[in-house]
Amino acid sequence: MIRLEPRRSHSQAMVYLSPVLAIVMTLIVGGIIFAFMGKNPLEALYTFFILPISDSYGVSELFVKATPLVIIAVGLAMGFRANVWNIGAEGQLTMGAIFGGGLALYFYDSQSVFLLPAMLVFGAIGGALWGAIPALLRTRFNANEILTSLMLTYVATLFLSYLVHGPWRNPEGFNFPESRPFPDAGLLPIIYDGTRVHLGTAIAVFVVIAGWLLLSKSLIGFQLRVVGKAPQAARHVGFRQKRMVWFTLLLSGGLSGLAGLFEVAGPIGQLQPSISPGYGFTAIIVAFLGRLHPVGVLFAGLIMALTYLGGELAQISLGLPSAVTGLFQGILLFFLLACDVLTKYRIRVGSVATKGGAV
Amino acid sequence: MDWIVPLILTVITASTPLLLAATGELITEKSGVLNLGVEGMMLVGAISGFAVTVSSGSAILGILAAIVAGMLMSLIFAFLTLTLMANQVATGLALTIFGVGFSALVGSGFVGFPLDPLPSLSIPVISTIPVIGPILFSQDFLVYASIAIVIATGWFLTRTRAGLILKAVGDSHDSAHAIGYRVIRIRYMATLFGGAMSGLGGAYLSLSYTPMWAENMTAGRGWIALALVVFATWRPGRLLAGAYMFGCISVLQLHAQSAGVNVPSQFMSMLPYLATVIVLVIISSDYTKIRLNAPACIGKAFRPAQ
Repeated sequence: MIRLEPRRSHSQAMVYLSPVLAIVMTLIVGGIIFAFMGKNPLEALYTFFILPISDSYGVSELFVKATPLVIIAVGLAMGFRANVWNIGAEGQLTMGAIFGGGLALYFYDSQSVFLLPAMLVFGAIGGALWGAIPALLRTRFNANEILTSLMLTYVATLFLSYLVHGPWRNPEGFNFPESRPFPDAGLLPIIYDGTRVHLGTAIAVFVVIAGWLLLSKSLIGFQLRVVGKAPQAARHVGFRQKRMVWFTLLLSGGLSGLAGLFEVAGPIGQLQPSISPGYGFTAIIVAFLGRLHPVGVLFAGLIMALTYLGGELAQISLGLPSAVTGLFQGILLFFLLACDVLTKYRIRVGSVATKGGAV
Repeated sequence: MDWIVPLILTVITASTPLLLAATGELITEKSGVLNLGVEGMMLVGAISGFAVTVSSGSAILGILAAIVAGMLMSLIFAFLTLTLMANQVATGLALTIFGVGFSALVGSGFVGFPLDPLPSLSIPVISTIPVIGPILFSQDFLVYASIAIVIATGWFLTRTRAGLILKAVGDSHDSAHAIGYRVIRIRYMATLFGGAMSGLGGAYLSLSYTPMWAENMTAGRGWIALALVVFATWRPGRLLAGAYMFGCISVLQLHAQSAGVNVPSQFMSMLPYLATVIVLVIISSDYTKIRLNAPACIGKAFRPAQ
């Protein structure tokens, strides 16, 4: 029998060791899965996790993919700390793209330098508005934000589909469900020539630093930490749970909207029915893997970005279905949650120690 | 009036997967466990049922495979949350993410395979009665099974000793433990039942509702099933009504177009999701009703004192 024995205090070492353990275990299980699929495990793992970043362009693509993951996960991490479960980031991302992208389409022949900043603001507002709905429903009507935020994701995706199939379809296109390409003034500048690394990547780093300061230095950051760890105590000293719900959903919604705008104004350059390979959901894993801390999220975002790159490469060179990426992400989160047990408990194998004193 | 019978028939097939999955989750939640992985378990059930049916030619084997697959998925969840005491919300999300990926991976070889839908069990003579015959006496057996199971669940929870124990564990695990009930073991069983029913609900989608496999074919039905449990305030009778109401809404979107309603299809497709939000808001705003009916220990980890 496996028994859990509580530790006297949380093991700080395990907090940081647990993600490493989880990654190693995921790699082992991944190798076994590859072997089952008739591939050489080492070769497949190499193709999945090393080959994508073996040249400088690959590394730059890693930054491109990590950008939305990091931006979204910083926001989600704040909410998860306060037990606010926004799992509709994908929908908020989509709404951000619609709001900001809509502005670019309205001024499609603009050359104004103000277009891009305005798009950023609109993108963040779009995401924040979509995050405000679950916040309102939770605080005013007590409705579970997990279910409402997820349902709204489907609504947002369908709304985008309607727009690019209908009113926003490119009148000069070939009837494809795509919008006009954004004007140059509405595209994010490339910050490193020869790559797709754009301004959004730099902003992602800024978001990490700002998130870190918010969490460690501000009153609301302190409240977030207390509400999550000791809700009773938080109520006692008068921290209002409703304010936490509003703050975290608006923040994570706004950041998700910004990430969505970065995708359409960056690598994609227009609106189309599908603008994200599930960044909003993967960011949930990034937040946990990054220990709900902005700096941890930065590293975790890079690791999860690698699973996207590896999945694409494995699809091309090994003929593996792209779904392998999602599978790996799920397995990683399982192992992470399992390893996290070790921060609070020790694992003891054998019968209860008190009987006869044998351990 | 010719259209009304086929319409009701589609409502029944659209409601059945929701009813199956939601009944399972209701029992899981009554024991105090919140498994948010319904969507993932349904998807894995759907692909397992489909793959085994296609490979073996037997729908019965397919259905059994879906049940086993759903149970295995819920076993992962139970081990992490009940034995290792991991956070139930996070683990449920992980189960869904894993299920989406796993089902897509296994299913990549099964896209586009044709399959005959489950045969309907036409009861001789009475199934030929106009209107009532095809609706009541000519369904496939999973439809009858889903209704039988939800009725049995209601009876189990209110009339049997085991059902009362299950509710006691969900309402106060400490008291239940003190009286001598095996809290963790009972929760394992309730979670496994939830997995089996989700797997079955998924199999109904891929074997009968749309007899085929497509990536992410549940399209949020697992989440709607979770919302249905709240809507039903954890009562099987209301769950039956709720599942059929949602069946109606999802069929409405299919038929509105052909009935000449001039609304873009995307807006019609939003209906089930918007209805879920609205229904949740209406039910949840009655705070006392939720307080009185929700299992008091839902989502809380239990560690027996040694």
